[in-house]
Amino acid sequence: MHDKTLTELAAGLAAGEFSSRELTQALLARIDRLDGDLNSFISVTAEQALAAADRADAARAAGDAGPLTGVPLALKDIFCTEGVKTSAGSRMLDNFIAPYDATVVEKLRAAGTVSLGKTNMDEFAMGSSNENSFFGPVKNPWDRDAVPGGSSGGSAAAVAAGLVPAAMGTDTGGSIRQPAAFCGITGLKPTYGRVSRYGIIAYASSLDQAGPMARTAEDCARLLGAIAGHDLRDSTSVARGVPDYTEELDAPLAGLKIGLPREYFGEGLDPAVESAVREAIRVYESLGATVREVSLPHTHYAIPAYYVIAPAEASSNLSRYDGVRFGHRCDAPADLTDLYKRSRAEGFGEEVKRRILMGTHTLSEGFFDAYYKKAQQVRRLIRQDFLDAFDEVDVLMGPASPTPAFDLGARKDPVSMYLQDIYTIAINLAGIPGISVPAGFVGHRPVGLQILGTHFAEARLLNVAHQFQQATDWHLRRPALAEETL
Amino acid sequence: MQWETVIGLEVHVQLATKSKIFSGASTAFGAEPNSQACAVDLGLPGVLPVLNEAAVAMAVQFGLGIHAEIPEVSVFDRKNYFYPDLPKGYQTSQMYHPIVGPGEVEITLEDGETKRIRVHHAHLEEDAGKSLHEDFHGMTGIDLNRAGTPLLEIVSEPDMRSAKEAAAYLKAIHSIVTYLGISDGNMAEGSMRCDVNVSVRPRGQASFGTRTEIKNVNSFRFVERAIAFEVERQIELLEDGGEVVQETRLFDPERDETRSMRTKEQANDYRYFPCPDLLPVELDRAYVDHLRDNLPELPADKRARFQEALGLSAYDAGVLSASREMAEYFEVVKEVCGDAKLAANWVQGELSGALNREGLPIQDSPVSATQLGELVSRVMDDTINGKAAKQVFQALWNGEGDSADEVIEAKGLKQVTDTGAIEAMIDQVIADSPAQVAQYRDAEPDKRGKMIGYFVGQVMKASRGTANPQQVNALLKEKLDALC
Repeated sequence: MHDKTLTELAAGLAAGEFSSRELTQALLARIDRLDGDLNSFISVTAEQALAAADRADAARAAGDAGPLTGVPLALKDIFCTEGVKTSAGSRMLDNFIAPYDATVVEKLRAAGTVSLGKTNMDEFAMGSSNENSFFGPVKNPWDRDAVPGGSSGGSAAAVAAGLVPAAMGTDTGGSIRQPAAFCGITGLKPTYGRVSRYGIIAYASSLDQAGPMARTAEDCARLLGAIAGHDLRDSTSVARGVPDYTEELDAPLAGLKIGLPREYFGEGLDPAVESAVREAIRVYESLGATVREVSLPHTHYAIPAYYVIAPAEASSNLSRYDGVRFGHRCDAPADLTDLYKRSRAEGFGEEVKRRILMGTHTLSEGFFDAYYKKAQQVRRLIRQDFLDAFDEVDVLMGPASPTPAFDLGARKDPVSMYLQDIYTIAINLAGIPGISVPAGFVGHRPVGLQILGTHFAEARLLNVAHQFQQATDWHLRRPALAEETL
Repeated sequence: MQWETVIGLEVHVQLATKSKIFSGASTAFGAEPNSQACAVDLGLPGVLPVLNEAAVAMAVQFGLGIHAEIPEVSVFDRKNYFYPDLPKGYQTSQMYHPIVGPGEVEITLEDGETKRIRVHHAHLEEDAGKSLHEDFHGMTGIDLNRAGTPLLEIVSEPDMRSAKEAAAYLKAIHSIVTYLGISDGNMAEGSMRCDVNVSVRPRGQASFGTRTEIKNVNSFRFVERAIAFEVERQIELLEDGGEVVQETRLFDPERDETRSMRTKEQANDYRYFPCPDLLPVELDRAYVDHLRDNLPELPADKRARFQEALGLSAYDAGVLSASREMAEYFEVVKEVCGDAKLAANWVQGELSGALNREGLPIQDSPVSATQLGELVSRVMDDTINGKAAKQVFQALWNGEGDSADEVIEAKGLKQVTDTGAIEAMIDQVIADSPAQVAQYRDAEPDKRGKMIGYFVGQVMKASRGTANPQQVNALLKEKLDALC
């Protein structure tokens, strides 16, 4: 059962081929057997999962089943989950049992899905390799020497390894799309405001967005429908109807206008990745799409602007972790300042501290205008670049990452790590949606094609991704690990 | 040297919303510690603020009440600093784009003069919790019930020139917010408190002196005392050749002095930036106009109307419009009896005296405005005389009857105006007082006026206070003079 897509499993449950309990038990056993090495989960919540599976089976028996009832999945450990440890990959929250459900969790629960546990991640979603986790790095199921990407590395690896058919991730600068690319799965970052952020532990509030990670675009469409929508608890969620994202999946692509941003095919792009992406573009041409080059002239400002705005917001968002009310508290503090200093020094990892320091600096008196204000101006220009491009074309395409997954421990220098996100980061600054779909391999390591659309064009993106997956089988490939049977 | 004092006030007004500014938790005062703090108030990981529309409406009402500009867009910013009772490590406030722009408040000084104090702006923000230092040996307790309570911070220009003006300004703000019903104005419970910026300069000098800020002053009296102390301290310092240090000071009411808290060098860099969790507040004109059309009559307008339409003195109009409750009480009394001046006299005289003696606010008066109005009516239509009226008032105060008429009836206080009855009482008094009559007769005619008082007293006593005093006087004079 572990190699089926979420759509297939939902159909199997509906047809009575297996129960949610059977499915849940099979996957829990698989996690038990394989995840010790992969380390994609921080917490496996077997007991709650089986109880939820039984509720789902009972609901189905009573004729109350919805399209996702009984479907298992996993949650990045950044979604607050009532009664379950929610750590954000940090020592700071290793002892934090969330007393409430994030809106996404609440909606998935209401849809009858079964969460198997909480997946590993870079601490507070800061990282591109999942090596910044207090709970240890995650291995890439395609190549155990490689990183799975980050920050939603645990979610991507768990799906790629067939431990769950789908997982929820969050994406602040590429944290869904880049690990999806590295692990050969499909990952969608929705438009900012499409999915409620309530209950998602904040990294950079104006950029954070939750989205589904699964094997296929069709799976992502089903999950997005379940989690999207306006939430009165999140003022930045948008009051806009949620369409049935599966409805347009089969629309033909004849006449689709694809733009290739010149800046996404330049220096630093691995030639093997480029040729895989160009091959994918040719598939689209064969499906009737037209292709033209476009320019996003402010692309090279995206990383600097991001590394002003995101750390600034993070430095403030992470101030609540002070050892006073919850989270890590140092032993025997001498006084209040000692309590703050040691609790934070011990609770946060190196990369988190680096970003808190950067953000604190850029917001400081005398630097605010030069950094923060300037970065916000750049952000507007970047957004305008995209809006101008979408006047000309329907979607933009390019690589999700300049390279395939790199080796664990290979990127020691933070700036080289930051440059990983060169093709994903501007999308968050602009607030537009993006999806990464499997588009080939470099050796054993997958390559992701990134498809971008204008604000709230998720249905179009999913349609464009789905049509590619009807024409190719990259998304059906499984790593050797995942093909082991129980 | 002649010194001039320059004062500016930052007044924090707790808005009377039912729930907090960014969460649904109750704002009621005095609950068990931490029983009114939800996940949002506790700053739990993942929570988000949602702006309470009632707080916005109240802030706008205040702005309209001080004739301020109401910008179409205002923005919430984060003020970042660590403090144990500040759960998120930042306070959500408005730094760059406040909800209320420049306006002005009219204050009335003791001599009846009025002065306009400019308001620089007013902004919305959330309150912090409280640190409790008692009852926790070697530790501090944190109560977050107050965290997230909506505050309107009203920042004046440095337009005040004395402690009295500062107190008058604070009273004017108090009166505006309570008139609007946007705050209970309860200073003892911290619903209104202020930071006072004080500096002195040689009279005639255009530039300001170095100022100090006195934090968290929470009564009208303390404002005056803190300023008085601080002004004296600064002048002494300067006259001794020293310099005033820009710093934050704390007023200690026990010792009647201000003490240094922190200097400018130690001041925090709050790293303000726009809160990414909240959208800018956009107010459309129709919404603002609707609030403007539904504003109650405010103290300044009421005071003007009391003077112009009701013919009250500036002093009376000022006293009677000082609080909404006082004004409403007075207006009912006036409505019932139909005479503004008599109503004003009774409210400020007998009623205020009794309230002050018992320490009661006017809304808790045992004598209702309608009861007092009826009592005044009975004086006006000569049913009772002034003396009896005081007895009726006391009886109503003590709950000895539901209305003035009932008390008058029960106590037989109806004024005797029947000339025959009064004459009979006079004849009796004259007959019973031969010695006094003889004295009266022997006195020089110009001394007799004073001596008649004795007889009036006796007649009033005989009538148990119900005889019409004017009639008694006239008839007595007639009868005694006839004996001379």
